[in-house]
Amino acid sequence: MTDIKKKSHEPLFHVSKNDAAPVSKSITIRIIAIAVALVIIGILSFVLIKENPIEIFKALFTGAFIDVGTLIQNTSLLLMFGLAVVPAFKMKYWNMGANGQVLVGCLASIACMKFIPAANPEIDNNIVILCMLAAGIAASVIWAIIPALFKAFFNTNETLFTLMMNYIAVAVVNYFVFVWDKSGSGTLKTVNFSFGSPTFRKGWLFPDSDKYIITLVVAVVMTLFTAIYMRYSKHGFEVCVVGESVNTAKYVGINVKKVIVRTLVLSGIFCGIIGFLYASCLSHTVNADVGGKGFTAILVAWLAGFDPLVMVITSFFVVFINTGAENVSNVFHLNSNDYANIVVGIIFFCIIGCEFFIRYKVHFNGKKLKSAAKEAE
Amino acid sequence: MITTIIVNAIRMGTIFLFGCLGEILTEKAGHLNLGIPGIMCIGATGGGFAVKLYAGNVTEVNGLVLVILSILGTMLFAGLAGLIYSFLTVTMNANQNVTGLTMTTFGVGFMKFFAKRIYDQKLYVSVSGYFKNLFGFEKSSNAFAQIFLSHGVLVYLSILTAILLTLFLKKSRFGLYLRSIGESPATADAAGINVTKYKYVFIILGSAISGLGGLYYVMDRSAGTQFAEAAIDSFGWMAVALVIASLWKPIFAVFGSIVFGGLSIMDAQLKTLSLSDQKLFALLPYLITVIVLIVVSMLKLKDNQPPSYLGQTYFREDR
Repeated sequence: MTDIKKKSHEPLFHVSKNDAAPVSKSITIRIIAIAVALVIIGILSFVLIKENPIEIFKALFTGAFIDVGTLIQNTSLLLMFGLAVVPAFKMKYWNMGANGQVLVGCLASIACMKFIPAANPEIDNNIVILCMLAAGIAASVIWAIIPALFKAFFNTNETLFTLMMNYIAVAVVNYFVFVWDKSGSGTLKTVNFSFGSPTFRKGWLFPDSDKYIITLVVAVVMTLFTAIYMRYSKHGFEVCVVGESVNTAKYVGINVKKVIVRTLVLSGIFCGIIGFLYASCLSHTVNADVGGKGFTAILVAWLAGFDPLVMVITSFFVVFINTGAENVSNVFHLNSNDYANIVVGIIFFCIIGCEFFIRYKVHFNGKKLKSAAKEAE
Repeated sequence: MITTIIVNAIRMGTIFLFGCLGEILTEKAGHLNLGIPGIMCIGATGGGFAVKLYAGNVTEVNGLVLVILSILGTMLFAGLAGLIYSFLTVTMNANQNVTGLTMTTFGVGFMKFFAKRIYDQKLYVSVSGYFKNLFGFEKSSNAFAQIFLSHGVLVYLSILTAILLTLFLKKSRFGLYLRSIGESPATADAAGINVTKYKYVFIILGSAISGLGGLYYVMDRSAGTQFAEAAIDSFGWMAVALVIASLWKPIFAVFGSIVFGGLSIMDAQLKTLSLSDQKLFALLPYLITVIVLIVVSMLKLKDNQPPSYLGQTYFREDR
């Protein structure tokens, strides 16, 4: 018995891939992860802010539903950001630049909104809006395909490139804000707005009606389009093949360069639409903080396993946690979102960690060793 | 005038340099840690705790002990953040971008939450002198003394770290092992290198070094006047950019950090320009980074490429 133990230098357990975990199992694991996170948050809350953990959880879970309109809007927006990056992710092209792409789209839309009616006051509002949409999409597409072209032709690292493009976009936006706003305050006032004269609001999409609805409608259309595009179109299939193996793609005659650039044009179009929505109905102005959901969208897409339909659930979950945590700050008068960020971080760490148990199987070797030892006896 | 700009560029650049050196070490292990901005915040918090605990509780503050304790506190906190990151990405095979970005959210909240509770401006400002002006030439009129001898202890420590890292990566066996893991973990594994152990050690060490950037900003650059409202995360992104601009070479990072530092203080120096033109200077570091990234990938120079396994999860049973 002893020499068998000596011979087998096996580790305590080994890990293998588990591609098809049943849905029930994956849900159970995620619930356990959230429970673990809540225990940690409960203990931390008790120690740090000396509040009853039950009250904290109550605030955390009800926070999202205080303002259902905002909940719908934020979920839709986050979902759109996620949809903009997900085809590229499926291709293993890590587009970290959704923030920057949306920002330049918004900037271009605002430029149209500001200067076209100023030059031609009699212009029809629909023409202004169409120009804004076209300009927004064009700017975002340009921002998205610059890294894509370099990736396709020179294999430039796209994660780092798109990340840098975000900060270039921020600097460009700051530049134009200071050019357009002569007061030097660094904030651009709401464009084409004056009290009591709705006709003046050129470039405003539905100036009087509910803006939550429009984000929801656009998000639903985008989701269905992406789901069909990825699942049933030839383009979507090519994206999946390139993601699985570039060599396979080349062998079956897929033009990899074309697929990369084409997919990123699609990303750019989505980002342009989001930027246009910010310009025309959400913020009516541009500053470095517009959008800013691109990084969270990466989490949304990854948690959903890059499935556009599952992303509806994950984006709702992320918004639910974020607004819940902000509500904790409000209820307990913490005056800022610092504690919310800690809570969000802990929950996401646990969720990220638990993905391992869904995607991989852990086999303990202890049993095998014992049975082998018994056989030897 | 020029002396002042250079001195300030070096001091500003030190924040980026610490972040960058840590990230170089992490990226050499094949891990793109986008949590560096958050880890720098967490490091600053650890240093802040140490300063408060030591200087707040003794009547006679010993400068050397204070500096050492705060460095240890910083490295401990930042190292623990690195441990969380490496546990999730190395052992749990989680996506590095997702984990890193979550770490940044967490770290920024962590710093702001604790900084508000432990910050005591009078105490921090009064002990910040121990971090500054190591050789006592701060008020010197000699340009040489100003540029080379007027800085705080952490500035010199950052340059020393860069030199040590260069020697480690280029000349030592362990540095070679580390680089081979970043290039091809499967090959390294087959050669008998303990990939997991190396990744853990160097991601944690890298995080600990990055954290010092946060401590430096709070105690030296801002002289203890800023903590909770310090924009350390935005410096962190600059540090990530600097890694690329310096081609993953610690010595280049020293010079790159001075250039980046210069560019980020330039807007305050050029008062004759309009406000909008000043804002364009903020674009230059990132533009330089992108150009370096493009040129390097076009030239296909073997020595200057990103580690080829950067950002990918290594799972032994994958092929």
